[in-house]
Amino acid sequence: MRKVAMDSIYTLAKRDPRVVFIGSDLGAGVLDNMRTEMPDRFFMEGVSEQAIVGIAAGLAMDGFIPYINTIATFLTRRCFEQLAIDLCMHHLPVRLIASGGGAVYAPLGPTHMALDDFALLRTLPGMTIVAPCDAPEMGRAMEASLDVAGPLYVRIAKGGDPVTSQPEAGFAIGRAILYEAPGEVLFVSTGPMTARALRARALLGERGISAGVLHVHTVKPLDDDAVVQAARAARLVVTVEEHFRAGGLGSAVLEALADRGVTTPVERLGFADAYSYDFGSQDHVLEVAGLQPPALAARVERTLAGYVTAARS
Amino acid sequence: MTVTLDERSLALRRRLVDALEGGKRGHVGASLSLVEILRVLYDDVLHVRGDDPHWPERDRCILSKGHGCLTLYAVLEEKGFFGPGELLRQCTPGALLGGHPDTHVPGVEATTGALGHGLAIGVGFALAARLQGRDSRTFVVMGDGELDEGSVWEAALSASKHKLSALTAIVDYNKLQSYGPVAEVMPLEPLADKWRAFGFAVREVDGHDVGALRQTFATLPFAADRPSLVIAHTVKGAGVPAAEGDPRWHHKASVDAATIAQLRAALEAPAHA
Repeated sequence: MRKVAMDSIYTLAKRDPRVVFIGSDLGAGVLDNMRTEMPDRFFMEGVSEQAIVGIAAGLAMDGFIPYINTIATFLTRRCFEQLAIDLCMHHLPVRLIASGGGAVYAPLGPTHMALDDFALLRTLPGMTIVAPCDAPEMGRAMEASLDVAGPLYVRIAKGGDPVTSQPEAGFAIGRAILYEAPGEVLFVSTGPMTARALRARALLGERGISAGVLHVHTVKPLDDDAVVQAARAARLVVTVEEHFRAGGLGSAVLEALADRGVTTPVERLGFADAYSYDFGSQDHVLEVAGLQPPALAARVERTLAGYVTAARS
Repeated sequence: MTVTLDERSLALRRRLVDALEGGKRGHVGASLSLVEILRVLYDDVLHVRGDDPHWPERDRCILSKGHGCLTLYAVLEEKGFFGPGELLRQCTPGALLGGHPDTHVPGVEATTGALGHGLAIGVGFALAARLQGRDSRTFVVMGDGELDEGSVWEAALSASKHKLSALTAIVDYNKLQSYGPVAEVMPLEPLADKWRAFGFAVREVDGHDVGALRQTFATLPFAADRPSLVIAHTVKGAGVPAAEGDPRWHHKASVDAATIAQLRAALEAPAHA
């Protein structure tokens, strides 16, 4: 997925002279093709995210479309004020291409995990937040990135994610994609968690429980209409995200449903309100957090059973 | 330092007091130290057009110490970036001009207020001018307390790396930050050496001496392969003896009629020490 994102920057830069790239001391060889062929528009700056966002803002004010790449958590927490003031207050077309979104860097510890990026960025007026589910969708998101009016954050997952997106479903920023129509349950998911929601759906199907899946690649602006319409058709909405339970997709869904008076119960599945010092793999950490398909399915079953019990008592 | 002001410098300060009276609040001391720096930049140095604020070939000037905006507003008004009524409404409901400058105001190149943002944006401006083959120069005016922000030094590294000779940073070195003397709150010396070590060509100047400022800016760039840095030695509150060197004048949140009268009285004389 990261390779697709980087290759897309090269392709966009070849096509559009407004595209520039800024990295912060990235790994050797990143975008060598762009560095070689378009050296004027390739900047490899230091470990200085605050300055980089400011520099990108200056370039954007004078007509460029800067693509910044670095590790997600450094591109959000470290330079948050620059994102708010330099980018959002000026509503500039700067692209934040964030590597290692979610728990990708779990083995490196909580300093490198980006489990709060949606929450932080959702508070910024004019910020668009996109989390593609697989490499092909990343390609479609990057293609769409050129024309987004204001700042855009693109969360890159680990890579090698199972391909679940369909080209015929298209891709438009801010428009959710209904993978499976809502049944008793509706999963609302983003990023590669959509693949896990689809597997959980299959497991539930084996147990006679029908579930739909709404893939929300754009966390902000949320596709309120799609969320509301699908939620109304289900008995239970389950949000699934590689993010803290606070402030992310689940919160956005709750806000949308509350604003529109939808009373379908919502179960928010994500990471607990604690930093993880479990240095296992991303898959391991997701397992511990109850975010792998068997745990998702079991959780839904328990919740539904609880409703039945409550209804009988 | 003895601050001697000519009639034009006094007039700009009086306009600043008009704005203060209208909005009843403002960063008085930090604006007063800045008057000659901005006056000379806009009178003699910057290629800008009041009737065409977005003229692509213009020089860019960022007031990174955004809290000095009363002075910027007074200068921009004079240069015709907006009409004379705006200044008196600053900081009131529906006003164009707020307590920190933002890009809704014609002539304001970047929204500032939080410190440590301007130099990085200026690096972006300078890189953009180079890429687009424009002769536009970039000026960034910073406060001394602002230099406490690490982001300033991050941006300085990049400015130096890219040999941005069309970028000039100016430090309004009034030696007084919000809480007290810079030398006590967060010492900066040796300041010129710090900037030299970061790759800038440095000049120091009396920031209230209009002639010296003109001469200094006339020699830009100070080096062909480096960004320039001007340390302008100034006095916080310059021109109002009661405010000079007094941190209590950094910001006034409710300016009463007596304070306005005090300021006007101080600024009436054609020149004073």
